[in-house]
Amino acid sequence: MMASIILVCSIVFLLQFFVSYCRSLIAASIKHPLSAEVQDVTGIRNAAAGDDFTRVVQLLHLCPDRPEDRNGIQAIGAYFNLLGFVRATIARIAPSLKAWTERERGQCTYFAAVTLEKRIAFSRDMFAQQLES
Amino acid sequence: MCAFKKQAFRRYFLLNLYVAGLIVSEIGRYVILAEHGYSSLQYRYFYYYSDAVLTIFLYFALSTLYSHVFSEMKAEKYVQFGTILLLAGTALFSYSVVSQASAMLVTKFVVQLSQNLYFVGLVLTYVLWAAILKLRETRTRLIQIVLSLGVYFSLLAASYAIRSVYPPLSAYSIPLVQVFSTFLPLAWAYAFWRLPEEARLAPSRLAVIPR
Repeated sequence: MMASIILVCSIVFLLQFFVSYCRSLIAASIKHPLSAEVQDVTGIRNAAAGDDFTRVVQLLHLCPDRPEDRNGIQAIGAYFNLLGFVRATIARIAPSLKAWTERERGQCTYFAAVTLEKRIAFSRDMFAQQLES
Repeated sequence: MCAFKKQAFRRYFLLNLYVAGLIVSEIGRYVILAEHGYSSLQYRYFYYYSDAVLTIFLYFALSTLYSHVFSEMKAEKYVQFGTILLLAGTALFSYSVVSQASAMLVTKFVVQLSQNLYFVGLVLTYVLWAAILKLRETRTRLIQIVLSLGVYFSLLAASYAIRSVYPPLSAYSIPLVQVFSTFLPLAWAYAFWRLPEEARLAPSRLAVIPR
């Protein structure tokens, strides 16, 4: 009985912490403006759409991996899937929740685009270093 | 290394001490695993005893986060006193749970203490997160450290609880916990490496229920 209560509490707390953690990652990246080049590549002009997330992540995988980004992009990927699940189930009944999930999914895409920009800059630096040596 | 490079080693000393302890215990676990095998008693004993020590380290690391959040209130003494009192209470409760056991009392106590400390840590992290929201704490790095700790405690408390609810899953518990263990050092490395100390954000934006 006690273990079951702990399990339920842990899952509820886990969801709360996980959502807040992902939103803190997004909030830290949202102030970063996208360069014109990344806007062209991703097609993100004004606001990022949730439907572009998969495409931006595919572009991200084309760039050399940076270990410090990996954790963040995996967490945001899991958060995006969680939002997709909420959108497909509970949000069908609550329209306000649907608008919220859409907004959050768009911010996930923006986070991925910012990470893409950082990876491109990282690749350029590596290339420049190779040319110098 | 990230904290050291970003000159935050002394500021978050106990967090770094925990990560150092984690590295040492992981090396020890690997050596024993390679020498005696996964199902050996040596590995199991080393795993659970080192886990208990690490949990206590993490518990004290959490208390320093409380000190950071309540630094303006000069509540450090109260936090230290509360930390020790709660640890002693958890140890006593754990002992009362296992005291009926006739064999392997110390080992059972150690496992029980870890399990209870994970849940106590989870509740304390939740209280700290509520305090962060209430006090409108804006330090991004501190917020991310607290939230990642919350995710970690929740995962471990849930895995221990699943094991108690459904014992056949015990076999998967250690490998699963090992996977979870990688989350915290990576999340903290990200927080120290990528976020400057002066970075700020509005925590009200992070709450699941908008404030």
